[in-house]
Amino acid sequence: MSEEQIRSLERQFDERISRDEKIEPKDWMPEKYRQTHIRQISQHAHSEIVGMLPEGNWISRAPSLRRKVALLAKVQDEAGHGLYLYSACETLGVSRDELYQQLHSGKAKYSSIFNYPALTWADMGAVGWLVDGAAIINQVPLCNTSYGPYARAMIRVCKEESFHQRQGFEIMLKLANGTPEQKDMAQDALNRWWWPSLMMLGPTDDKSVHTEQSMKWKLKRKTNDELRQQFIDQTVPQADVLGLTIPDPDLKWNEERQSYDFGAIDWDEFWQVVKGHGPMNKERMKARVGAWENGEWVRDAAMVHAEKKRTRKEKQAV
Amino acid sequence: MKNENLYNYILGIADNSLILGQRLGEITGHGPSLETDIACTNISLDLFGQVRSYFQYAGKIAGDGRSEDDIAMLRKERDYKNVLLVEQPNTNFAFTIGRQFLFDVYHLAFLGELQKSTDLTLSAIANKCIKEVSYHERFSSDWIKRLGDGTEESNAKMQEAINDLWRYTDELFHQTDADKAMVAEGIGVDVTTLKDAYYTRLNEVLGEATLEVPQLKYFQKGGKNGIHTEYMGYILAELQYMQRAYPNMEW
Repeated sequence: MSEEQIRSLERQFDERISRDEKIEPKDWMPEKYRQTHIRQISQHAHSEIVGMLPEGNWISRAPSLRRKVALLAKVQDEAGHGLYLYSACETLGVSRDELYQQLHSGKAKYSSIFNYPALTWADMGAVGWLVDGAAIINQVPLCNTSYGPYARAMIRVCKEESFHQRQGFEIMLKLANGTPEQKDMAQDALNRWWWPSLMMLGPTDDKSVHTEQSMKWKLKRKTNDELRQQFIDQTVPQADVLGLTIPDPDLKWNEERQSYDFGAIDWDEFWQVVKGHGPMNKERMKARVGAWENGEWVRDAAMVHAEKKRTRKEKQAV
Repeated sequence: MKNENLYNYILGIADNSLILGQRLGEITGHGPSLETDIACTNISLDLFGQVRSYFQYAGKIAGDGRSEDDIAMLRKERDYKNVLLVEQPNTNFAFTIGRQFLFDVYHLAFLGELQKSTDLTLSAIANKCIKEVSYHERFSSDWIKRLGDGTEESNAKMQEAINDLWRYTDELFHQTDADKAMVAEGIGVDVTTLKDAYYTRLNEVLGEATLEVPQLKYFQKGGKNGIHTEYMGYILAELQYMQRAYPNMEW
């Protein structure tokens, strides 16, 4: 294709995006658009899968049968989200095995939040309330993103995430209204998950390398800092309902801005975690790689069995 | 308790689902593929759903305000009535599948009979559960065939799991005193009548899976009378941790 032809295709592509048309797998797209989407969708899928671990860790110890059932259902939903997202990603011409390879080698990232440990039952509440809350803020705009398969996956993901977030808040509410010991447990979980949740919304705008391009492609509608502010403004009143304290002495309502001012985020910690040196990075990767390697003989058996079955069927047909 | 036999009978049924569900829940996020992870988590979820139905009913029969969680989490090891089979560990995926299959075939046949119970609550619970368990049995028997009739390695692993777990199958057909009393009243299932069909189905699936049927004469028992393997204490340590550490609280 001549450069002029490519430019013309790019122009048509940009026009389609500005008209809010969806881009579908067989449509022409700039290579950078394809690569950016592979990166973002797969990171999102990986986050769902790695995110099963901190919560899966509490399935056997959930305090009541009702909570255990809800937690199992939630973790199952997350595996399902991973599945849709990997499928959406595969429409861009990459295989799930390649994507796993990238995760296991450390080439692909997943959400930094899942490198924090889930230490008490209250963490199941805090993760649902704060982590899923921050995820929703990030994800709701993606229901209208320009790449059709991603947008459609997100509609389903967002419905279930909102449900998980309410469940998380309900766990916190029960603890906050429970015994002093339970309330302490809830406050301690909020203290530990608050700042990492704010970090989930990504680096500040001046440090965010992908924002401008992502906004053009409607992968993003608001900047990281705008989303973070939205999250804080929506979450602080919820903490008030719970009677819990946000662990930020600088948090204060700003009448003029009609928004909360808040304290400095420890970005050194953020980058440390992103670079693989958070509290649980090594354990999370070890669990994922271990599951993959220990499962190899099972996947091989399934392939060989399917092949045998097909051969037998063909012979019968003859 | 006025109806102690019925109470114990329900526990005898539900403890199997409770402990098997607990075992399956341990491996969530660690399975060989996303699809098998979803399936095992789903089966665990079904089993705990069943446990809740049974224990809510048992709580009513006890009539002293004990809750489903009291029954699930506040008994001592010697009071759990599950069969030894379901408490066996997830040694590898072949053991998880083998345990599931050996239990599902029994469970499906059992629920088919429990549907006919003259106790309308039990019959209604069985009616709901049987739909789930027929799905479990399809999943586990399909995997027995995949692993048995897969690679040489998977065949060896599946055979080892079957050989190892086989000694726990006979216990499924033992009758407790509560069983006998409930059978006499038309409420309970006479499990001894399920045995032949059970082993016939096992032979059929193992044959298709190119696996050998163990020719074992010695079996293990005890679970139904609260005499468990050494695995049980650890299962309960996790299951009960929160209820023991924070007694009398709501979650």
